[in-house]
Amino acid sequence: MTDLAQDLLSSFVVAEPQLNGSRNLGVVHLRKEALDRFEAQGFPTTRDEEWKYTNLKPVLKHDYRILLKGDDAVSFADIKTYLLSDLDTYKLVFINGKYSSWLSDATHQEFDVCTFAAALNKYPDIIAEYLGKGAPKGDTFVDLNTAFADDGAFIRVKANQTVDKPIEILYLTTNENGPAFSQVRNLIIAEQNAEVQLVERHQNIGGQPSFTNFVSEVFAARDARVSYYKVQNDADAATLVDNTHVVQKEQSNVHVGTYTFGGKLVRNNLHFYSAGERAESHMDGITIIADGQTVDHHTLVDHQEPNCYSRELYKGIYLGKSHGIFNGKVMVRQKAQKTNAFQQNDNILLSDKAKVDTKPQLEIFADDVRCSHGCTVGQLDRNALFYLRSRGIPKREAEGLMTYAFAADALEYVKIPQLEKRLNSVIAEKLGINLEFTL
Amino acid sequence: MIKINNLQARVEDKEILKGINLEVNPGEIHAIMGPNGSGKSTLSSVIAGREDYQVTGGSIDFEGENLMDLDPEERAHKGIFLSFQYPVEIPGVTVSNFIKTAINESRKGRGEEPMEAREMLAKMREKTALLEMDKSYLSRSLNEGFSGGEKKRNEIFQMAMLEPKLAILDETDSGLDIDALRIVAGGVNKLRSADNAVVVITHYQRLLDYIKPDFVHVLFNGRIVKSGGPELAHELEEKGYDWIKAENA
Repeated sequence: MTDLAQDLLSSFVVAEPQLNGSRNLGVVHLRKEALDRFEAQGFPTTRDEEWKYTNLKPVLKHDYRILLKGDDAVSFADIKTYLLSDLDTYKLVFINGKYSSWLSDATHQEFDVCTFAAALNKYPDIIAEYLGKGAPKGDTFVDLNTAFADDGAFIRVKANQTVDKPIEILYLTTNENGPAFSQVRNLIIAEQNAEVQLVERHQNIGGQPSFTNFVSEVFAARDARVSYYKVQNDADAATLVDNTHVVQKEQSNVHVGTYTFGGKLVRNNLHFYSAGERAESHMDGITIIADGQTVDHHTLVDHQEPNCYSRELYKGIYLGKSHGIFNGKVMVRQKAQKTNAFQQNDNILLSDKAKVDTKPQLEIFADDVRCSHGCTVGQLDRNALFYLRSRGIPKREAEGLMTYAFAADALEYVKIPQLEKRLNSVIAEKLGINLEFTL
Repeated sequence: MIKINNLQARVEDKEILKGINLEVNPGEIHAIMGPNGSGKSTLSSVIAGREDYQVTGGSIDFEGENLMDLDPEERAHKGIFLSFQYPVEIPGVTVSNFIKTAINESRKGRGEEPMEAREMLAKMREKTALLEMDKSYLSRSLNEGFSGGEKKRNEIFQMAMLEPKLAILDETDSGLDIDALRIVAGGVNKLRSADNAVVVITHYQRLLDYIKPDFVHVLFNGRIVKSGGPELAHELEEKGYDWIKAENA
């Protein structure tokens, strides 16, 4: 057992009486059981098949503070840059895991855009119905989060409601006093025929190492539509383990876009459970990382019912000594006839030192399905480069243009123009080019 | 305008150009003909600065300046244009954004201001009309899903936009039906002036019925083995290349 795991176990004894929801017996049991499972399993190592390519040891060795305090000193000016400034949105801002009401813009009108902590007390029945029903027990990071997390975003859109503007969720870590271990949690419920758009980001603004263990459970009822965009452009000292679990019912449509440009280590465990006929699941993303950064996308689409569609498109661009991992599992259960599943992972290595491990995994138990998958790892096409240069476009711009064109089709499903613009400018910045045009 | 002197080049260990001499002056059209594998495309690539070829001897001067140390983009900025035999498909980059970028990067390379958006648009309209292209071309991904004829027409469209001093057309006639050939050749002819020059590289005489050369050269086995006027092209059309091969065996 690592020192950090020991610290976590002893911190729990201190923390437990203060955690939200302690009056709610069900949650107390959930927490204790989850902690027991974490104690038995500990942190994964590279000997675990699911963590073969990603070594957590270097990021677990820091002396993290576990029970964090909020920070009143953060002003809107400090966080402005992490929000979509040119767009009116609902905002939920958390600092070191604590809700900041003065930086947020929540609502309880036709839908709830509020906090997990508030919902634990206000809606105990809803919490009992949904909490822990998406994210699987036995996953060690999920269990650890279940034990500790006492705040995060709670969003519930009632049947037939459309949230009138996007919701931004910002998790900040201000760890000037030393490394910080943060555990936050979303619960997102879109009831029948409801619609919501979310933009989420985790940001370390202290400069010290941070480790965020995050769980997000998304429930899309019949005909619900959810667009969920994750902007991952954190500081070099930040580690994120994102566990997002999406449960879909009949004819629901959920898109999760993951755009990863920063952080020391980012691990995305993104799971879709397609549990209703004719559900549509979209997941796509762009990863552009450089020296010393690792990004690991572990995805699962679990097709449990017939006539469902899933589409998965991940593009990776690797500079310097960076490391990308893609492990995409598609499971088609026996009952899930007429499943149509598409998966593609394309990567470009722009440096001799960059490395990619890509692994599609298909497990198909139904006999009447259409499943396609493919992965590529390559460099920029020399012929195309010469073509662009022969027309007067300098080498660096030509490379940038081609790289951008390679990545851009993974932005096709972004429905918020301001976000698309923002992502375009981050991509241009990461590639060191000046894109004056929209391609 | 361009003076090629004893140019020798190889790719890996294979010697392809074995001493090319060629001089092209402003206002002239030169045709370079020859059988497959004689080095025609290598010559055009070397002039445009492709790095896969190693120049082992000789020189290329363009308007009195040695081209050898210049990158492909720098050669383009000086006014050299190569129309590709096989234009490359670039998904995700539209024709209009590509040409805008090419024009403004070339201007930047020459120390000029970017072209005004209004002027750019007017010019695009004019040149698409010249080549009888539908305006929808401009918003399509560069060469992606284009037919052979569309790709070639798009090459000449880019030439028309960039207004080079020296245009090298590498097998521009291949893959063109007779109507497309007429339009493409018509475009090239309209772009001619006393200040620019064209080098047409072709296997067949057909294109030269539309773009009339002042000089015809025959390239064989890495050397120009025969030069003459337009009548040489007709002779090649009648007799084929076997007599050239026999003479130079």
